[in-house]
Amino acid sequence: MNHMAIAALKTQRRNLVQSMFDEGVLDNQFNQLQDLQDSSNPNFVEEVIALFCNDAERIITELNRYLNDQNVDFSKLDSYVHQLKGSSSSIGAYRLKLACVNLRQASEERNKEECAGAFNSIRREYYVVRSKLQVLMQLERHIVNLENQQ
Amino acid sequence: MEMAVDKTQFHVLAVDDSLIDRKLIERLLKTSSFQVTVVDSGSKALEFLGLNDDEHEQRDSNSDEDQDHQDLGVNLIITDYCMPGMTGYDLLKRIKKSSCFRDIPVVIMSSENIPSRINRCLEDGAEEFLLKPVQLSDVNKLRPHLMKARSNERLFDQH
Repeated sequence: MNHMAIAALKTQRRNLVQSMFDEGVLDNQFNQLQDLQDSSNPNFVEEVIALFCNDAERIITELNRYLNDQNVDFSKLDSYVHQLKGSSSSIGAYRLKLACVNLRQASEERNKEECAGAFNSIRREYYVVRSKLQVLMQLERHIVNLENQQ
Repeated sequence: MEMAVDKTQFHVLAVDDSLIDRKLIERLLKTSSFQVTVVDSGSKALEFLGLNDDEHEQRDSNSDEDQDHQDLGVNLIITDYCMPGMTGYDLLKRIKKSSCFRDIPVVIMSSENIPSRINRCLEDGAEEFLLKPVQLSDVNKLRPHLMKARSNERLFDQH
């Protein structure tokens, strides 16, 4: 019975990852991350994702704060976006990275309105990648649990 | 299937202000069988090496002490370029100015592909400039620099 359950979950996982690649939510860098996970570091991907999410949420909070200022400190903004762009790139969160590029552009142009729009895209893309990665990690854990019961 | 002969372990000092990138570079280096020390700033890197932020080295200028750096066994320094405070470039310059450490190969990483930046780093002594995100294939490029530095070390080791 477990064999079928495991196979079904693996199919689900494969489809989820494929759809994330197809939609550009993830890029090849995510494969690189998975390649670094092995039996000696079985939770590597999950750990990196957790670090990423904590960091991203911290930065998004700061960005929101700076954007709501009367006089926007664009250089502070840029510094934070640069960080988020870097970590997005490092985990393969492709669309989120692009959204960061757009905010940097708007910030360079000192265009507050465009910055606000770009920031909304960042927030949206972040929540998309986070929720899909959470599902992926749940699937992984479920598969591992069932496999360990074999 | 491994030859017992030259499983020389190299010690890499990695410098990056990003927590995620530190985790990544550490895993990349360990996967490639390097011994790794990771720090989050240029000044921590200098501190680890026993250098000081100033122009003057705080170590005794007793020439016997010059061999001490080999006890630390740092064989390569890999650093991010964009860091608050001391940039990777500043760190590079500082290392190259040091009589103890100038022969340690330094590799710079950056998320930005800026030719003038790359050229400047290479001209001022960086062995390689890697674009982030760094891949396993990039890390594999490091070994020849380490082997070369080690054989140079042996060449000058006339006792």
